[in-house]
Amino acid sequence: MYRTSVLKAGIAVAVTVMTLSAPTLAADSIIVQSTTSTQNSGLYKHLLPVFKKKTGIQVNVVAVGTGQAIKNAQNCDGDVLLVHAKASEEKFVKVGYGVKRSDLMYNDFIIVGPPADPAKVGGMKNAAGALKKIAAANALFASRSDNSGTHKKEVRLWKAASVDLKNASGKWYRETGSGMGATLNAGVGMGAYVMTDRATWISYKNKGDYKIQVQGDKNLFNQYGVILVNPKKCPAVKQATGQKFIDWLVSDEGQKTIGDYKLGGKQLFFPNAKKGQS
Amino acid sequence: MQNFAEAFTLAFDLMLSADDDLLEIIGLSLRVSLMAMAISTLIGLPIGAVIGMSRFRGRGATIILLNALMGLPPVVVGLCVYLMLSRAGPMGWMGLLYTPTAMIIAQSILITPIIAALSRQVIEDLHNEYAEQFRSLCVPPGSAIAALLWDARYGLLTVALAGFGRAVAEVGAVIIVGGNIEHLTRVMTTAIALETSKGDLALALALGIVLLSIALLVNAAVMGLRMTATRFSYA
Repeated sequence: MYRTSVLKAGIAVAVTVMTLSAPTLAADSIIVQSTTSTQNSGLYKHLLPVFKKKTGIQVNVVAVGTGQAIKNAQNCDGDVLLVHAKASEEKFVKVGYGVKRSDLMYNDFIIVGPPADPAKVGGMKNAAGALKKIAAANALFASRSDNSGTHKKEVRLWKAASVDLKNASGKWYRETGSGMGATLNAGVGMGAYVMTDRATWISYKNKGDYKIQVQGDKNLFNQYGVILVNPKKCPAVKQATGQKFIDWLVSDEGQKTIGDYKLGGKQLFFPNAKKGQS
Repeated sequence: MQNFAEAFTLAFDLMLSADDDLLEIIGLSLRVSLMAMAISTLIGLPIGAVIGMSRFRGRGATIILLNALMGLPPVVVGLCVYLMLSRAGPMGWMGLLYTPTAMIIAQSILITPIIAALSRQVIEDLHNEYAEQFRSLCVPPGSAIAALLWDARYGLLTVALAGFGRAVAEVGAVIIVGGNIEHLTRVMTTAIALETSKGDLALALALGIVLLSIALLVNAAVMGLRMTATRFSYA
């Protein structure tokens, strides 16, 4: 008697589990391999509903670092690539994985640090100069070291500052090997300087007493680009739908929507697509 | 410390408001992890039962291997499943990457060894007790397995719950194969990871408290089922 009741309960549970609202990939949907800053700052939450309302297309975002996003796209696991490392993006297109790269928007990188400012770089504009001072002071610096767009930019700046990081790693130069948010959490936790993009910083909620110490260098320019993954390399790519998304992003309407996104009164991304480029 | 107080208030608010997004994430967490538990039990339980009851060459080594596999790192499982399901991988044509199915596959691989190893121990202990009786009554192996599984059912239920606990709490595998896509593959743990990376530690912690409450509810439900069954069996 109780055997059957247990069995019935089991079946009921199984059926409930299977029928629990199961979101599946909609027919008209694309996957965007993306950098994290555009997701963490809330840009997609502002942008994608507008696009969906207009076209009915569901955009699914996989937000990882730029390095991993490019890797994933090379494995054909995405239709569109939206990242911020121009040299790597151009290489991605050149070797045939991408159809064409379009400029999309920009903002800038900044270096944040504790208010005590142990390396005395507060207010500096020259990024490489600031890094040199941080190295000279042996002040803690937390680096993402994850091959992301931000990390690639950081490495170039260290090179410009001609600082040798090999001996510093594990001492004052702390390589977290994780995303922007995790590295900011680590940096704020240990009192280290961190280089971050401005959008992530503005939306980041665990700032503590941290302040922007270095900003305004033209070398800290941060350009975002968007690329359709090449259907010749990846036959599963949804070419028409992906292109529609890119066309909209660089259109007047898409660009205006990007520019309209503000957090605490501050604009996070500045649209700069060239007319008629897609 | 302020984060902790804030997190508890926030967790309470979240649970009371029954926000649509939150319900969706909780639903997916439960669906993925319960399915993984069901699949792993279907695979792991027979494996555990057979190893627990039989004597064969290399049995000791098999048990050591099985026990060691309980420590499979989720991120490694995630990576392997990603490589298999990626469009560039051998099973890429199925288009399963970044779907709940991929997450169920990854979690099933993660917890099958746990369920097999633990149920092997449960069955073996009981079998040692029953072996003499089985022999003297000439019970055929099939009936012996059925008797053991039935008599060990409560122990095995706890085994299944251990598997569920591991599945619902892991983030390493599902974030790689699911991609943490909003309204598609975002579950409790990946949402916690995301809020942590946004620096919203209070919200992340609040989601953690919600997750713990869900696990508590699932365990309480199973306990309730078990108590009802026990009462019926003595009625």
